[in-house]
Amino acid sequence: MARLEVRKTYKLYIGGAFPRSESARSYEVTDTKGRFLANAALASRKDARDSVVAARKAQAGWVKATAYNRGQVLYRVAEVMEGRRAQFVDEVVASEGLTARRAEAVVDAAIDRWVWYAGWADKLAQVLGSTNPVAGPYYNFSVPEPTGVVAVVAPQESSLLGLVSVIAPVVVSGNACVVLASERRPLPAITLSEVLATSDVPGGVINLLTGSVAEVAPWLASHMDVNALDIAGVDDTDLRASLEVAAADNLKRVRRPDTDDWTADPGLTRIRSFLETKTVWHPIGV
Amino acid sequence: MPTPFEYAPAPESRSVVDLASSYGLFIDGEFVDGTGGSLKSINPATEEVLAEVAEASAADVDRAVKAARRAYTRVWSKTSGKDRAKYLFRIARLIQERSRELAVLESLDNGKPIKESRDVDIPLVAAHFFYYAGWADKLEHAGFGPDPRPLGVAAQVIPWNFPMLMLAWKIAPALAAGNTVVLKPAETTPLTALFFADICRQADLPPGVVNIITGAGDTGRALVEHPGVDKVAFTGSTEVGKAIARAVAGTDKKVTLELGGKAANIVFDDAPIDQAVEGIVAGIFFNQGHVCCAGSRLLVQENIAEELVSRLKRRLSTLRLGDPLDKNTDIGAINSLEQLERIRHLAGVGDDEGAERWTADCDLPSKGYWFAPTVFTGVSQAHRIAREEIFGPVLSVLTFRTPSEAVEKANNSAYGLSAGIWTEKGSRILKVASQMRAGVVWANTFNRFDPTSPFGGYKESGYGREGGRHGLAAYLDVV
Repeated sequence: MARLEVRKTYKLYIGGAFPRSESARSYEVTDTKGRFLANAALASRKDARDSVVAARKAQAGWVKATAYNRGQVLYRVAEVMEGRRAQFVDEVVASEGLTARRAEAVVDAAIDRWVWYAGWADKLAQVLGSTNPVAGPYYNFSVPEPTGVVAVVAPQESSLLGLVSVIAPVVVSGNACVVLASERRPLPAITLSEVLATSDVPGGVINLLTGSVAEVAPWLASHMDVNALDIAGVDDTDLRASLEVAAADNLKRVRRPDTDDWTADPGLTRIRSFLETKTVWHPIGV
Repeated sequence: MPTPFEYAPAPESRSVVDLASSYGLFIDGEFVDGTGGSLKSINPATEEVLAEVAEASAADVDRAVKAARRAYTRVWSKTSGKDRAKYLFRIARLIQERSRELAVLESLDNGKPIKESRDVDIPLVAAHFFYYAGWADKLEHAGFGPDPRPLGVAAQVIPWNFPMLMLAWKIAPALAAGNTVVLKPAETTPLTALFFADICRQADLPPGVVNIITGAGDTGRALVEHPGVDKVAFTGSTEVGKAIARAVAGTDKKVTLELGGKAANIVFDDAPIDQAVEGIVAGIFFNQGHVCCAGSRLLVQENIAEELVSRLKRRLSTLRLGDPLDKNTDIGAINSLEQLERIRHLAGVGDDEGAERWTADCDLPSKGYWFAPTVFTGVSQAHRIAREEIFGPVLSVLTFRTPSEAVEKANNSAYGLSAGIWTEKGSRILKVASQMRAGVVWANTFNRFDPTSPFGGYKESGYGREGGRHGLAAYLDVV
């Protein structure tokens, strides 16, 4: 007799733990042909707020880690993902309706993206910072610093490569984030959270929620302890505008959607979107 | 007791400034009449009317934006970086040649002491144009990829505290990057911007590349909200900054905002105390405290607080308040009656909330808008004078015991524009500087500015940077 399979419960990832939604709600996830795949947790306002609290707490430690260390932690994510490559391929096939071969390419690109960003951790300050030749007896330098806590609405179509492409540039510089996964295609994000939990990313640095963009994103956009907002995955133009309006309450830095092609060379623009520049002056004398 | 030093009046001559009685709008290379009303720009030190300026209507704004678009499409986007550079170098030189005229006019219109407009504002204006002139033909080396592109038409709205300097911060990088601009100077200080329009003509800058429209809040709003604008750059209050962020929501407009501040100036017990006192004075009494990055919250280590405050008061008693055109004047006029009333109101709130007010003993002129240097002690973090930007010569003094308490208090603000640190210990400077959630940190100095030095805030002090290589990003199609 065939073995009865053990089915998985898909949960949220908040502060390094895997809670169900406090609302105890879930929603059906289907493949691109409408066949049932799983029940995913339907995150609530409270879950979003708990995630922000976890992110804020974790960010203080993450920013203190050396850039070298952050680079290693990101590289470790790639290592752990590589070990789950087959599982990610299956989920991308199911979620995005790709052929196995296309899905393999997507998963490989997602893993490689972590590697690419990992290498940036200890180079950002050199490439984006400067010493400034002011006209006077002062030593003056500018350094990039993370903005703080970033709320991210992940791309809706590209459920894994798009997701990694919006998370890695946020955390590489020392930000923490709250990520709302692709609403209809959340399974790769949930598996990614299991990768994150078993890699060395400190709990709370990356928090992953599944649920409704229209329901949860406004709470993140208006949250006064969120510093920046990436609305890559907000497809509804009215919702985009209203999120930007809400974000203005504490002048969140807003990254508007600008691409659907997640296979392209990412460049530095996403990293830059979530950095501040700090300039320090000191007199020179004896 | 007789005062040891009596100063004879040493007024700078205002004859270098030839003011017309009224000015139109500078659109498409010429001065034209506006279709809206008019405003009077007054000298805040005497309340005399300096000139009447047009209040640009929505139709005028539209005309200016269209002129800027035409100039962008037909001329400026086809002008080589090398030639853009040369125009900017020309402008920088013209500013130097007309520097005394501009300094005197700035002091007349704004109320700031001539020694500041002459030695700080206008030299920095010229330096800013020189700096960005050199970038115009080197953008591919600025670290934004091989072919960074301009955004198009920039709408720029600037405040009254550094009228000409803020114009330079806006126009120089915008033009260097290849954009055309429509700039609105502040309602109370439009005159140097109109003189700058004349400098653009003298430099033979193609018509429409720079357009200057005067007006008040409605004009600014019409400009920011104009659909033909690709970029909005604003310096001013956090309240208006938020309104702009809401107004551009859902559009493709790029925005940079340089807004308010409530900077902590932290003095540790090992600081060089006389230098610290000078730095505190420069931090909050420079430009009558009309400085977004002013060191308006003095955080002093408890064990030296008494001595520091007493030395500070002694020093403040030597400041000379009065005629902005007098070369010996340290503190000029408050820019407007409205601002004076705001300062008075918040100082009154300081009294009501139980802080102790001390005011320098100085005579205030009978005409004009004046506020004597004021220090509040016994201020707690909850007091409004510790949280809200007063934008005047008013210092709030708080104390701390440990470095971590200082950092905690300094960062306990919705703002994050600047901070000051005074200590002889280098490792402490670097540590505390790294912990400040602020865009500019002055260690053992304060209120220094340079075109090569990026300036801008964290949190509700806005986003984007002005100055340096970083400042180019605000006007290119890069983040």
